[in-house]
Amino acid sequence: MANDFLLILPEAILSVGAMLLMLTAAWAGDRAGPALTWIGVLLLAAAALFLPGISNAGGTAFYGQFAADPFAAFAKIVIYASAAVSMVAAMGWFGRDRDYRAEYPVLILFAAVGMSIMVSAGDLLSLYVGLELQSLAAYVLATFQRDDSRSAEAGLKYFVLGALASGILLYGISLLYGFTGTTGFGGVAEALGDGVSTGEMFGLVFVLAGLAFKIAAVPFHMWTPDVYEGSPTPVTAFFASAPKVAAMALLVRVAVEAMGPAVDSWRQIVIFAALASTVLGGVAAIGQKNVKRLLAYSSINNVGFALVGLAAAGVAGIASVLTYMAVYVVMTLGAFLVVLRMRDAAGRPVEEIAALAGLSRSRPGLALAMAIFMFSLAGIPPLFGFWPKFLVFDAAVQANLTWLAAVAIATSVIGAYYYIMIVKLIYFDEPAPAFAETREPVGAALILAAALFVSPLGYFAIPWLDAAATNAAQALF
Amino acid sequence: MENFPILSAILALPLLGALACLTTGANGARWIALFTTLGTLALCIGLWAAYRIGGPQWQFTEYLPVFGRFAWALGIDGIALMLIVLTAFLMPICIAASWTAIEKRVPEFMASFLAMETLMLGVFCAQDLFLFYIFFEAGLIPMYLIIGIWGGKDRIYAAYKFFLYTLLGSVLMLVAMLWMVNHAGTTFIPDLMATDFPPEAQTWLWLAFLASFAVKMPMWPVHTWLPDAHVQAPTAGSVILAGVLLKMGGYGFVRFSLPMFPEASAELVWVIFALSMVAVVYTSLVALVQQDMKKLIAYSSVAHMAFVTIGLFAFNRQGIEGGLIVMLSHGLVSGALFLCVGVVYDRLHSRDIDKYGGLANNMPAYALLFMIFTMAAVGLPGTSGFVGEFLALVGAYEANSWVGAVATTGIILGAAYMLWLYWRIAFGAARTPEAAAMPDLGRRELAILAPIAAAVLWMGVYPESFLAPMRADVESLLARIERAAPEGDARVTAGRPPAADAADAAEGAHH
Repeated sequence: MANDFLLILPEAILSVGAMLLMLTAAWAGDRAGPALTWIGVLLLAAAALFLPGISNAGGTAFYGQFAADPFAAFAKIVIYASAAVSMVAAMGWFGRDRDYRAEYPVLILFAAVGMSIMVSAGDLLSLYVGLELQSLAAYVLATFQRDDSRSAEAGLKYFVLGALASGILLYGISLLYGFTGTTGFGGVAEALGDGVSTGEMFGLVFVLAGLAFKIAAVPFHMWTPDVYEGSPTPVTAFFASAPKVAAMALLVRVAVEAMGPAVDSWRQIVIFAALASTVLGGVAAIGQKNVKRLLAYSSINNVGFALVGLAAAGVAGIASVLTYMAVYVVMTLGAFLVVLRMRDAAGRPVEEIAALAGLSRSRPGLALAMAIFMFSLAGIPPLFGFWPKFLVFDAAVQANLTWLAAVAIATSVIGAYYYIMIVKLIYFDEPAPAFAETREPVGAALILAAALFVSPLGYFAIPWLDAAATNAAQALF
Repeated sequence: MENFPILSAILALPLLGALACLTTGANGARWIALFTTLGTLALCIGLWAAYRIGGPQWQFTEYLPVFGRFAWALGIDGIALMLIVLTAFLMPICIAASWTAIEKRVPEFMASFLAMETLMLGVFCAQDLFLFYIFFEAGLIPMYLIIGIWGGKDRIYAAYKFFLYTLLGSVLMLVAMLWMVNHAGTTFIPDLMATDFPPEAQTWLWLAFLASFAVKMPMWPVHTWLPDAHVQAPTAGSVILAGVLLKMGGYGFVRFSLPMFPEASAELVWVIFALSMVAVVYTSLVALVQQDMKKLIAYSSVAHMAFVTIGLFAFNRQGIEGGLIVMLSHGLVSGALFLCVGVVYDRLHSRDIDKYGGLANNMPAYALLFMIFTMAAVGLPGTSGFVGEFLALVGAYEANSWVGAVATTGIILGAAYMLWLYWRIAFGAARTPEAAAMPDLGRRELAILAPIAAAVLWMGVYPESFLAPMRADVESLLARIERAAPEGDARVTAGRPPAADAADAAEGAHH
């Protein structure tokens, strides 16, 4: 039992820390916001430091409910890092309007605990608990600007649709439980091993649909653009990064550990969702005027490519999904950090894409960083965004899904169109009114770090990243 | 000296120059770019001098497995060497041609150009399949910026078209590469060149590579991005597009399609021949009716690149060597023609042929140099154009006499549109007073055009300098594809040497 608590040490640190921070926030008021944020970052770092499963094999706790394996460790490091970045980025953004409140880091920490449990779930019920903990924190975060009607609308939409998705998921879980007699991943896999009955098939489809909702894969993506647009920009940055990684890792674990024997049944579903996401994410983004909506479609598009890796299954496929998500969050957070700096002369946030016009004239450094993120998201070498795409297509080819790789890669050209449209705005067009000067050295340093990572220098990280992702993927087989 | 990584140095130098350009003002960037490209040229000439003809097939090799899945593997053979020298030779000329023509955002322009040089040289140096792909595709980014920022009126449309066309072509190639690497278990190009892929898979792989190289080359009917890109790009951009970027398609055919998929190449050679024959005749006719000088030269590029594809797929020595020489020659000549257009465009800001006329009167030096390049484009003996086109046509005739016959009409049509262009621009009376008042070449312009003219004549008079380094590589390519070579219909037989004829005649007279 003591060993079980050792395995959940990171989650324990985060939970206890978040509760203490909440008490402090209640007593000290909103002035303590920045200090609490930095303490939150330290808590995330401490949690990452005590992660089991990095140097050793980890293990399972609480009778298989919770798996602390290298797979979970890989996902958690990415999640904690992106949660920390979105925390720090928010501080500077809200800080200007004096509407930054001390609850922000607390909510992010609770979401981080939820995501931790999600990626470590070994049972359909611990999966659900983690997912809800993360979602509840996210609903509140979406409405964080209480006086902004858009923010309230986003929160409500997110809540209603999220609750619907949870319902679908729970229904699927109940079906699976009814037809297999267990909620443990291992037990479900065993029951599916002797052929998939109709009832099990229904359960499987509902579970996948619920999870597809959480990763915003087509056809369960409708909430994404609205929620992304309405939420405060730093919250959107958070939504596009850590929860996406957590939901994707969760989906991978369920698909492989619980539904592994039924791979031929779910592969078609995943392939459909993947191709539909890459096409729709690419086509629908073209007409967008709001940069947050555009990035929402970009996230749908990217999830589609990650799903290609999942469709390939196997160690190579899973490793490629993990690498994809790790590189994706860096690119996305980088792009959002640039968006966070878009403010007009009066200091109000700007969200129109057209405001980026001629940015290369007024802010060459920022423009270069944005161009790097855009080309990288489009997957153009020599930028590092090419590499995860390369890996998922390689995995698909290895799994004898060459046709899938060919179709998916052709759809990536559609996506490339709107990414280079942003570059066109930044570099080719006549300047729009310049943005207000910002003094946020931390944000600038983060943008620089992200840009360097997705620049060709990122290729030197490949051997290391490859080893970590492969090691993590092997833990599932 | 033996172990000096000269290829890495050649790739690193322009990249460092690009970074340096970004830190200075307009004039500083110009000088940095000029010295960097001249330095690279010096290194590449050193490379040519140090290249041992008849030595190992791959020289100056470097191998560093730093990227896990693929390696920093560099190495060149004679074909790559010649294209590297061509690239390095054109670069300082491009920089000098942009000296005054580019006025806005000079540091960014020079940085893009230098980055472009690294990427183009990287394509020819890469010995690893994925490294090649990265260099091949990465070139899109700087070229997109060059066309989009410094181009003409419709630059944005042209930049999009260029980017998306080429991207769509090359992504399919990536899937084919992934399949090949999974099949062969290596990413090392020389090993892949010796791998025999199953013939049924070859067809698909060949088509995927064709999708990429045909767009890059460009072959009819996927050539339509080229006239747009050429017309809108700034002069130096057009020179690099025509001079080097188009050669990547041809290089790809020689390096990948032919040696890796010989059976598929032989089986589908009719595709290449059909598309090339259409290109030669159709684009030549289109070139004939153009009013825009740059567009005319752009269409002539498509026609000339069709000679390259016909030659390369002739499956015989003359054809392949001819195709390679046409690539080199076209790189020089079309680059020079775009520079000639740039010279008058800088003065009158019009590419409309009707605005000019009678330039031989007020610009004699210009008219002379323009004449040399026109003749080279036509393929006059003594210029580089003749050598390549003659060899390619001989090869084509051996392979298929119909292809040879149709392709030869391209020479006649080429003479028609080039000579007519020259006549309308240089001879007769000036059609506008502005054209009559244009001053002759300045010293900078002379320094740009004269070296190319010298190279064109050198290649025309003594092509052996350029053929010698490539001979062994053509030999090994032929050895590789000979098992699949389709039988020609011309059945050329060796002629009797004239001496023997004379001896026969003399014998006959005695009897």
